[in-house]
Amino acid sequence: MTAQATNAAEGARTYHLAEGEDHDHAGGNGATLLGFWIYLMSDALIFAALFATFGVLNSSYAGGPVPRELFELPLVALNTALLLTSSITFGFGMLEMEAGRVSGTRSWLLVTALFGAAFLGVEIYEFSSLIAEGATPQRSAFLSAFFTLVGTHGMHVFFGLIWIGTLLVQIGQRGLGLENKRRLMCLSMFWHFLDIIWIGVFTFVYLFGVLR
Amino acid sequence: MSTTHPTEPHVPELHGHGDTHGHGTRRGYLTGFLLSVILTAIPFWLVMTETLSSTPATAVAIFGCAFVQIVVHVVYFLHLDTRSEGGWTLIAFIFTVVIVGITIGGSIWVMYHLNTNMMPMMPLAGSR
Repeated sequence: MTAQATNAAEGARTYHLAEGEDHDHAGGNGATLLGFWIYLMSDALIFAALFATFGVLNSSYAGGPVPRELFELPLVALNTALLLTSSITFGFGMLEMEAGRVSGTRSWLLVTALFGAAFLGVEIYEFSSLIAEGATPQRSAFLSAFFTLVGTHGMHVFFGLIWIGTLLVQIGQRGLGLENKRRLMCLSMFWHFLDIIWIGVFTFVYLFGVLR
Repeated sequence: MSTTHPTEPHVPELHGHGDTHGHGTRRGYLTGFLLSVILTAIPFWLVMTETLSSTPATAVAIFGCAFVQIVVHVVYFLHLDTRSEGGWTLIAFIFTVVIVGITIGGSIWVMYHLNTNMMPMMPLAGSR
């Protein structure tokens, strides 16, 4: 601060600019990441409400199908494996980003997106086969809560995929500048957060559902 | 800040700043991944093979695994620690955990008791 004042008095504009820019980046980056973290926490509260709804309604079958008849655990295990793998491939992408390697970052992002898309594909297949069996969201309160909770998670993954696609283009065009690094760090948090929600889903909805 | 070289402190400052967020290391990611695979495999194995004959025991085991796995993800993948952002991420996280616990636990607890207290009334009213 004192240096800035002195420089300003001497009319050394570059000093001033560098100081200001430096402050902006440090502050802006940290503020963005903290802000994004707060967003994730609020998103966790949305999921908490959906988990609570599901928890309350998960035995309201209305004479309809029960989890044991509906859920195919091998399919859920496959989905879990896909999402978990996509988490570590994103981690490798972040390491490439830290090392400043554009092509490595993009490759790992692409791999992550493929795993994410495969996850979504399996989920859509599962949903469509449930609906084909007559287990639609309208069938029972349990199924309404199930589709809302799992569907909301799926929508998050879908938007995550759009985000990955956007950043793939951004990084391709502009490289790994400060802005793109910051965006990647936010996306990384988002993606890992979705994996954490999925832990709750496969445990509470699928495994516990089949167990009861 | 340096008064002589305006651009020099720029780089170390940013680097140092980046480090405080903790991007993790290859070793960290692999450790987290390995632990996650184990903590995912155990509950699926327990439920799919019905190894434990007692349902409550299996339920406790799968929820225990989920809890530990969430901690593993938060530490190894989200890099939550006490230092980043001056501890504010941790404070926000703890606050969220409390609210999530109250929301899910409270809802299930209240509605379970509501159901058990209300349910016997329905057949009685219907049959007599």
